[in-house]
Amino acid sequence: MIANQELLDYLIKKHGASILDSAEPFGLLTVHTGRENVLDILSDLYAHDSYRFRFLTDLCAVHYPQNKGAELVIVYHLHSLETNTRLRIKAFLDINDPVIPTASELFATANWMERETYDFFGVIFSGHPNLVRILNEDEMDYFPMRKEYTLEDPNRRDKVDKMFGR
Amino acid sequence: MKELNTIFADHNPKLPVLNDEIYVNGLTTLNLGPTHPATHGVFQNILQMDGEKIVSGVPTIGYIHRAFEKLAEHRPFYQITPITDRLNYCSSPINNMGWHMTVEKLLGVEVPKRGQYLRVIMMELSRIADHLICNGILGVDSGAYTGFLYLFEERENIYEIFEEVCGTRLTTNMGRVGGMERDLTPRAEAKLRKFLDKFPPIMREFERMFNRNRIFMDRTIDVGGITAEKALNYGFTGPNLRAAGVDYDVRVMNPYSSYEDFEFEIPVGTAGDTYDRFIVRNEEIWQSLRIIHQALEKMPAGPIIAQEQHYKLPPKELVYKSMEALIYHFKIIMGEIDAPVGEVYHSVEGGNGELGFYLISDGGRTPYRLHFRRPCFIYYQAYPEMVVGSQLSDAILTLSSLNVIAGELDA
Repeated sequence: MIANQELLDYLIKKHGASILDSAEPFGLLTVHTGRENVLDILSDLYAHDSYRFRFLTDLCAVHYPQNKGAELVIVYHLHSLETNTRLRIKAFLDINDPVIPTASELFATANWMERETYDFFGVIFSGHPNLVRILNEDEMDYFPMRKEYTLEDPNRRDKVDKMFGR
Repeated sequence: MKELNTIFADHNPKLPVLNDEIYVNGLTTLNLGPTHPATHGVFQNILQMDGEKIVSGVPTIGYIHRAFEKLAEHRPFYQITPITDRLNYCSSPINNMGWHMTVEKLLGVEVPKRGQYLRVIMMELSRIADHLICNGILGVDSGAYTGFLYLFEERENIYEIFEEVCGTRLTTNMGRVGGMERDLTPRAEAKLRKFLDKFPPIMREFERMFNRNRIFMDRTIDVGGITAEKALNYGFTGPNLRAAGVDYDVRVMNPYSSYEDFEFEIPVGTAGDTYDRFIVRNEEIWQSLRIIHQALEKMPAGPIIAQEQHYKLPPKELVYKSMEALIYHFKIIMGEIDAPVGEVYHSVEGGNGELGFYLISDGGRTPYRLHFRRPCFIYYQAYPEMVVGSQLSDAILTLSSLNVIAGELDA
């Protein structure tokens, strides 16, 4: 295990200004960065001699509508299998300009994860080889996991439940 | 042929069209799936074939997408467990426990030892059931039906144990936040012990039938292989990664639910081909049996669910008699109890690999965001690369040895 503090010190030393913030929820080091730096950090950690973060566990997005200017967050979960250390990297995007470079050249597995994220949140991964919808139908013209889309049609009157309304 | 082409093109311009160019190349377009008995689920692969050889493949997924992540944002934590049943429906208890553990991590609940051991038994039983299906069906696809029928009886016995413990068989909704809802009844324990006695000879017989079977070996060795490096880059986990020679197992790397108390080995393969995946799964069944034996032997006494926590349902008898119990019962069932603010990633070793739950709670009654890391979804994208250049019948074997479960693939 690499100590979180050691990893954070390394990242701050190497990437200085591009580390915007950091946290440790439930012991998992989380660093915040911008979209222009995220690929640098990923490839640096990938190529590092002893850290070797070469396994992309997960990639997904979260939508925070109140967070004006940084509504979308792309979350990368990295795992260094040799040292058994996990790391979370977050990149914030403006919802009106949701473009971020693709990680699929570094990790082949990012290909479908990014397609899924595009499918549900409309994040454009620039440089992605085949950025089309994956789980939803191709004709869909909205991004359903964004918070403005409620689960059911709000105009439906037959399911109004005043007592326990969801 | 021209008419058919225009129909396709009008409907969806992205679908490959049977046009004259393809005839010049001498390639045939073949739709493998979406509903074909050999694909074991709704997957479509549009294959370009040169005779029997696959030149390229384009997988289409999402046929049974049910928007679980969106649904989960509108449900209290209790009501998300049945959703997780339907991810990898061959090993539902693992998904249930993984979800409970994620919530427990968020709430800071410590599960009593007995609850943890019971969970381990249930998770290992479901791992056996999962691997039995995968390996049995691999046999069916290579033309050996008998092994499948042998194993299916044993899978039935496992499901009977589940039925004793939680009341259902396939979509189990087993366990609760904080532990288990029911202890092993004497009948469940008798069934479990009977299974532990009766199953090994049958498994040995199954292995004798396949492991050194010349026909089976010829069909599976060097079929659908993947190197360790490629597998890691593609995000493989579980038996498929271990067959390629990487000993990554969440149960050992990040032990949960007292897995550190048990002694077991991680079987690894070398070539990462269909035969190795088959052998690794068989060996994992033996290791799971070892774990179950140890857990039964060392089973501590005590409570099975954490007592001091808001999510513990009061006993049903009390609900009818005492007012507090009724209030708590109502609040929990209606999802009126708020969770703390937090951000958790928890992963368990599912039947197919690392099953992760990324939960963000904003302090409300439902998750703000819940993302499932589904191993099937992640490794299925390597499938076209694994089958290009092989025969069609080998592609079917590769698909079943990867154990792609449609429910987990499409979430």
